[in-house]
Amino acid sequence: MSRSVSLSLRDVHLAFGRHQVLRGVDLDVARGATTCVIGPSGSGKSTLLRTVNRLLEPDRGDVLLDGRSVLRDDPDALRQRIGMVFQQFNLFPHMSVLRNITLALRRIRKLGEDEAVAVAREHLDRVGLAAKADARPAHLSGGQQQRVAIARALAMQPQVMLFDEATSALDPELVKGVLALIADLSAQGMTMVVVTHEMGFAREVADTVAFMDAGVVLEADEPAAIFESARHPRLRRFLSQVL
Amino acid sequence: MDPLRTLWETFFDWESMREALPEMLTVGLPNTLILAVTAALLGSALGIVLAVAGISRTRWLRWPARIYTDVFRGLPAAATILLIGVGLAPLGMQVWGPNPYPLGILALSLIASAYIGEIFRSGIQSVEATQLEAARALGFSWGEAMRMVIIPQGIRRILPAWVNQLIALIKDSSLVYFLGLLASQRELFRIGQDYAANTGNQSALLLAGLFYLALTVPLTHVVNWIDGRLRHGRPATGPAGDDPDDLDLALPGAAGGNQR
Repeated sequence: MSRSVSLSLRDVHLAFGRHQVLRGVDLDVARGATTCVIGPSGSGKSTLLRTVNRLLEPDRGDVLLDGRSVLRDDPDALRQRIGMVFQQFNLFPHMSVLRNITLALRRIRKLGEDEAVAVAREHLDRVGLAAKADARPAHLSGGQQQRVAIARALAMQPQVMLFDEATSALDPELVKGVLALIADLSAQGMTMVVVTHEMGFAREVADTVAFMDAGVVLEADEPAAIFESARHPRLRRFLSQVL
Repeated sequence: MDPLRTLWETFFDWESMREALPEMLTVGLPNTLILAVTAALLGSALGIVLAVAGISRTRWLRWPARIYTDVFRGLPAAATILLIGVGLAPLGMQVWGPNPYPLGILALSLIASAYIGEIFRSGIQSVEATQLEAARALGFSWGEAMRMVIIPQGIRRILPAWVNQLIALIKDSSLVYFLGLLASQRELFRIGQDYAANTGNQSALLLAGLFYLALTVPLTHVVNWIDGRLRHGRPATGPAGDDPDDLDLALPGAAGGNQR
């Protein structure tokens, strides 16, 4: 695994037209730490995640990796340092599982075919899907697809991983395997931001839990503090609804 | 005389057909194929440019693509072929000499590209936006993401419509006869028509029709077979290196607004 970096968001604002989605988000993720972002639908969690790798450009504020602003970097180069896993997996359906992983290795990392295949197989093995290398994504279960998506992101050796409700689209019996994989990654010291509705997971795995509501991080603290002694009334109300 | 017999002899006179057959095979068929295949390649290449321009975020690419499509899709094919073939003939004379093929092919390509551009555009737009997002998140540029992820998926979805257009092109290639063809330049239809005019018997024209069917009917079946295979995946998978998954379609600089 490549060296992890710390991640900071400073006063990030973003509007879609007139709709102000992010209203000054501050967030700090220490090197190798895992931050889980929780909060009601529409609070801006997914939007926040997309400002980190600049799939969305903030209107105001700053995004820093290891203390250095990335807003002037080439966005394509920046995204090569940041892995992202989506709610709907977003595997490329016209390619085999193996090819989904080797594509960016060959075209972006410029690895040779053999080396790319070796790296891809290693990562498939790591997520327990070595046997599915030649299958098309459509022939895999949701849980398997999401594990391939994680392998695809990890094969690029990212310094930060972003998870956007990675288990929300999965059947209940498949959630556990994917969560275990993310927890495993967290334990290995990857810097991660995990947007999730899985409160049990956030409590067990996160170093920090951040509660977002209406476009700001209202409260960010250790899981125990968030789940047992929440200060903010909106967080207490949210927790009473989901727990 | 028995009217049924007259009818039969008008269309199914084997002698007339046998007489026309050699020229159909050695002159008409190759010429029809030259016209149709060249125009198909040019029209499809231009169609991709139009499709990408049509979804560009810059109106300076979008509007010209729109106007082009409206014009060439709206004019009768015969009018376009005459306008270009005759109108540009003095210009073509200096470049190619009196051969009507280059301008005929150009006209056919322009017409085909207007339809093919719309087909490609709908295909590209049918691919979920999340696919583009996933490709960009991996670090691909907009152009790379389009070329390797979006366009290959889009094209698979519109394969049948695309082939419909190629079939129309094979048929429309007969219209170049408007431009005046030397004996060696005649394509299937013209040869059939000439025999019919000379003998007063329509059998040679019917033979030309059979040639067209022999070209177009298999094409639809081939594409249906390919379509089915793409939908359900290959029965056996070769080594990853052989996988022609990312059709490396040349995507010209018309890529337009560079989405971040």
